[in-house]
Amino acid sequence: MTQVETDKLNELNAFMEQAVQNEHSDSYLIAVLHKVQQLYGYLPREVMDTVADKMQIPTAHIWGVATFYHYFNLSPIGKHTVSVCLGTACYVKGAEKVLDTVKKELKITVGQTTEDRLFTLQEARCLGACGIAPVMMIDDKIYGELDAKKTVDIINQYRKAEKQNAEKQS
Amino acid sequence: MAEQITIYINNKEYKVDPGQTIMQAADKLGFHIPRLCYHPKLSIEGACRVCIVEVEGARNYVASCAYPVANGMKIHTNSQELRQARRDIIELILDNHPLDCHVCERDGNCELQRLASSMGIRARHFQGERKVYDKDLSSEAVIRDPEKCILCGRCVRMCSEIQQVHNLTQAHRGFDTVVMPAYDMPMGESVCTACGQCINVCPTAAFLEKNYTQDLFQKLNDPNLIKVVQFAPSVRAAIGEAFGIEPGRNMEGELIAALRKLGFNYVFDTQFSADLTIMEEGSEFLERVQNNGKLPMITSCSSAWMKCLEQFYPDLIENVSTCKSPMSMQGALTKSYFAQKIGVDPKKILSVAAMCCTAKKYEAAREELLVDGMRGVDIVVTTREISWMIKSAGIDLLHIQPEEPDHPLGESSGAGAIFGVTGGVMEAAIRTAYELYTGQTLIDIELESIRGLKGIKEGKIDLDGKEIRVAVAHGLGNACKLLDTVRKDPERYHFIEIMGCPGGCIGGGGQPYAQANSIPLDEGALMKRAQALYDLDRGKTIRRSHDNPDVQKLYKEFLHSPLSKVSHKYLHTHYKAKLPKGIIPKNG
Repeated sequence: MTQVETDKLNELNAFMEQAVQNEHSDSYLIAVLHKVQQLYGYLPREVMDTVADKMQIPTAHIWGVATFYHYFNLSPIGKHTVSVCLGTACYVKGAEKVLDTVKKELKITVGQTTEDRLFTLQEARCLGACGIAPVMMIDDKIYGELDAKKTVDIINQYRKAEKQNAEKQS
Repeated sequence: MAEQITIYINNKEYKVDPGQTIMQAADKLGFHIPRLCYHPKLSIEGACRVCIVEVEGARNYVASCAYPVANGMKIHTNSQELRQARRDIIELILDNHPLDCHVCERDGNCELQRLASSMGIRARHFQGERKVYDKDLSSEAVIRDPEKCILCGRCVRMCSEIQQVHNLTQAHRGFDTVVMPAYDMPMGESVCTACGQCINVCPTAAFLEKNYTQDLFQKLNDPNLIKVVQFAPSVRAAIGEAFGIEPGRNMEGELIAALRKLGFNYVFDTQFSADLTIMEEGSEFLERVQNNGKLPMITSCSSAWMKCLEQFYPDLIENVSTCKSPMSMQGALTKSYFAQKIGVDPKKILSVAAMCCTAKKYEAAREELLVDGMRGVDIVVTTREISWMIKSAGIDLLHIQPEEPDHPLGESSGAGAIFGVTGGVMEAAIRTAYELYTGQTLIDIELESIRGLKGIKEGKIDLDGKEIRVAVAHGLGNACKLLDTVRKDPERYHFIEIMGCPGGCIGGGGQPYAQANSIPLDEGALMKRAQALYDLDRGKTIRRSHDNPDVQKLYKEFLHSPLSKVSHKYLHTHYKAKLPKGIIPKNG
């Protein structure tokens, strides 16, 4: 285990040790799962097993909670999160076409992550930028007045940046 | 006792006890409010809304399973609007249910079907999206079919509350909700113990046993095979229910005759091997007592229990008897001793077991139980499957002339018969162990302290001045509780009997479905099945396993003595830890 991994696990264990001190400690499950997602970006199965063991909550029950809330990611997310707005304004300005373009370009559907772990695709309901509809957000940056070409160009910028980054490091 | 209160049901006044739900009060007064997700042994879910009633002054209809009675409450159970609302609820459930009743395994035995019929639903008024899922066929014993599931949650509660295996959950939400094991694991890889209680409580066909009836019919017609069958004690005590008679009639003779009519060449009785189990297990226990072996010794007959132990109590594996279950002993002897006796190649023998159990399907496939590379039991069918086969072959079980089992693996004592009831294995073991140890005859052989449906029972026996403390648990939840005690206090007991199903094998996962107007695992019905076996015991001249002449003959001709080398080869096995990471029983 790398140092980073060990640190994550230690932080999680410390959090759970506090939780189990409390009365009705099983009601802290959601808080613990939030902690897992904060540390790992999603809920890895082996970490859910650790939670089951430490919190003395059956894994099936944890699975029920984890799948109930959309907030929890059950698979790893990419380095960048692409959120395509499907709010009313964006929708009438062609958001569906933007979404289709992203899907085709990244070869994934909503909720999935690309094989290279660079992008995760999500839908959004109104990002508050209706004036420049249709929009998408990558991480916390908004891109507006999109069409198919512009959308692909933006994605390619991220790919290019990633490539340069990788070259610099090697 | 608190003072009674007054309620009005359908404008009639009644005095009832406070502190109960509307449904409970109504039940006692003879009003059967329709219900679906409710089961008296499980927690209240209130999910299906089928049991709604009208309470004057309440804003909406209330779920009578969850709503407490109050003084002066005016309840209507059958008003026209209420009937319509209830009917709409069932129709909406049906809308998302495959309407393939006539090709469904639960056809004629389905609670949803009965409910729809009692509501007078004769047409489909809703046409919505329908969920589509594949069947999970990965388990040797239990099939999961989410398409048939109506999300009542009885299986989830059964698995976690009574059995405490916690294998199932309702995952995802809304329209996408599915009952599944953690991580959507296939049943065959999950912590499912194959006990089959999810099947017992499922109102539809969302859980079923893996069905081998067609395969068996085909093999019964193969002239090159010697067809041998054994049947468990509890099958005879319950199979009548599948033919519409009251619980509690022992159908042993009729069943033997029916099995012969189905085409079996030899009909043996698992009770024979129950007697044999007692010889081996009783001797093993005495050996442990005399030589400071690992105690408490725990019985190993229940295959769901064995998987539960391997998964959750691997530290207690050494405590478990090395004896195979009676079914597997019988299977091993069928392919060795019996094959030699009739002078045939054991490969030509088809060894079938009719069991009250679904987990026996899983057990029969266990690699540890192979003898000379062969399975002792080739096909396991449940009481439900064999009763269907008997009906399908046009055999009139209720009016057939009773017959006797075949030798040399068919004769049994009364001790073998009570193997099917919680406490029975212990009682049978004590009858024999006492005599083997003291050399005296045990006079009072009916041990009341370990009979009945209490979750965990305790008893004491005096073995020539040595006090032996025994405990009995039925249902995996009770078993886990008992073993938690053993972990904390290993000296407390010497001998423990565990059966994985409520009531023991009589409440097995393969027993007939609850008939109309009854509920799955009804305690009254379980007690009647138990009584059938106790009566069978009482009616026998031979009531102690070691007095069974065929068992004595088997030792003389083949096994030599209990725990001999030959015995170990055919009748004993070993267990090993199976560690499903992170999945634990509560308080484990």
